[in-house]
Amino acid sequence: MKKHLLIAACMGLLSWGAVAESLDAPAPDGRRLGGTIAQELQAEEMPKVENKDLKRERNYPEQPPTIPHKIDGYRVDTNSNKCLSCHSRSTAAKSQAPMISITHYMDRDGQPLATVSPRRYFCEQCHVPQHETPAAIPNTFKNIDQVLEGGASQP
Amino acid sequence: MWELLKSYWQILRRPSVHYSLGFLTLGGFIAGIIFWGGFNTALEVTNTEQFCTSCHEMRDNVFEEMKTTIHYSNRSGVRATCPDCHVPHNWTDKIARKMQASKEVWGKIFGTISTREKFLEKRRELAEHEWARLKANDSLECRNCHNFDYMDFTRQSKRAMEQHSTALASGEATCIDCHKGIAHELPDMSGVKGW
Ligand code: HEC
Ligand code: HEC
Ligand code: HEC
Ligand code: HEC
Ligand code: HEC
Repeated sequence: MKKHLLIAACMGLLSWGAVAESLDAPAPDGRRLGGTIAQELQAEEMPKVENKDLKRERNYPEQPPTIPHKIDGYRVDTNSNKCLSCHSRSTAAKSQAPMISITHYMDRDGQPLATVSPRRYFCEQCHVPQHETPAAIPNTFKNIDQVLEGGASQP
Repeated sequence: MWELLKSYWQILRRPSVHYSLGFLTLGGFIAGIIFWGGFNTALEVTNTEQFCTSCHEMRDNVFEEMKTTIHYSNRSGVRATCPDCHVPHNWTDKIARKMQASKEVWGKIFGTISTREKFLEKRRELAEHEWARLKANDSLECRNCHNFDYMDFTRQSKRAMEQHSTALASGEATCIDCHKGIAHELPDMSGVKGW
């Protein structure tokens, strides 16, 4: 009996060691460079939101444009929609903001409505501001012009 | 009854037997100071954020919501407290607002907004009072801190500059016309101009 217990205890200890090591494995170098998984690293500085008020080029015609201004404290909920206080049909003249395009007024059958379609009410689902920081991960994204130039065969 | 009043009048009219005129004048003067001081102290005490948020209606609703906004936490550490935006600095206006606030204390005692639901139901009405007040005084409380004369447009964002140098500069619109909901969540805005 005693022997069994001893063996069990040894096995427990061994596997605990193995688990502890696997929990603290070196982290893959992805978003977070270096260190092990369990290690706490110094957080990176938070980049600022770009607020230059300059429209950015879209990568393809149907792309929801990124937001060229900061949106701190802009509430969008059942009671109010701060974005629409500048971008809706009736307010765009006063704010001189681009009016949301006709697609924002269409229901799923393409029928234009008098007011913003419910499926376009939550703007930040599709539109996001940008930060003053280089791309987090290198990528091979090509915009529509590069795709056209490169020909259809190339990925 | 008439006799009684007349006898009191007699007492008031009669010169004092026990106290000198000097004592009475001085005593009245000191009592006046104490009363006036006490009154203004009470005013001071009720003019702090601590007092405003001592009742749960304010603490759990508007104060909680304000904590994420620019007037509670920001890069410069300069803060706006409840009375900065809600109580006029000018004395007569202040008293007028305080008397109005007494009605709100009445509401507290009778639980008009004792729950979040009741508060939300009343919110549009309460907000409209503030909008109307700020519209009428040309957003005086905002301007106590944000002085238009010292705004440097070149240091503002383009969107801010374009609006401030036109509609605001010409007096066509005032702060509250464009900056509703700057410190709290908004009520149902259907029908409000510009929303
Ligand atoms: C105070 C008015 C105002 C508010 C509020 C506002 N915008 Fe804008 N927005 C503008 C203006 C003006 C522009 C034009 C570019 C500029 O000056 O920044 C713009 C540009 C944009 C663009 C770029 C359009 C394009 O063609 O590239 C998007 C997208 C956008 N806003 C989305 C939003 C969203 C989403 C919100 C709410 C979270 C919002 N805006 C709130 C005024 C506003
Ligand atoms: C389901 C995704 C989606 C949602 C939600 C959405 N948009 Fe868009 N938006 C787009 C797309 C896609 C485009 C570009 C193509 C187009 O105009 O339809 C666009 C274009 C725009 C433009 C540029 C219009 C122009 O003519 O230059 C503005 C401004 C804009 N959106 C603002 C908003 C605002 C404000 C809201 C919230 C009320 C909103 N969008 C909600 C997808 C969305
Ligand atoms: C006690 C002084 C004070 C009062 C009163 C006050 N503000 Fe402010 N407000 C500030 C300070 C300080 C900042 C800037 C904080 C920073 O950026 O560091 C600020 C920032 C702002 C901003 C900039 C928001 C942003 O996202 O950059 C707006 C808009 C604003 N106030 C509007 C108002 C309006 C409208 C009122 C009246 C209802 C008002 N303020 C009353 C002190 C005040
Ligand atoms: C005609 C509309 C309008 C009026 C009136 C107005 N503002 Fe603004 N204000 C804006 C817009 C638009 C912005 C930029 C977008 C934002 O911050 O949401 C802005 C931004 C600001 C900012 C931030 C500045 C920056 O660079 O982002 C402050 C502070 C401010 N306003 C204070 C005031 C004060 C104080 C008053 C009254 C004396 C006032 N505003 C009146 C439209 C207005
Ligand atoms: C920067 C100015 C500012 C500060 C600071 C501020 N308020 Fe307000 N408050 C407003 C404005 C403006 C309104 C009108 C409604 C709106 O636009 O959100 C309002 C509305 C209210 C209302 C009516 C209900 C509502 O939400 O509309 C109450 C109650 C209130 N404030 C209480 C407080 C209390 C309590 C504090 C302190 C914790 C406080 N406020 C701090 C500007 C301010």
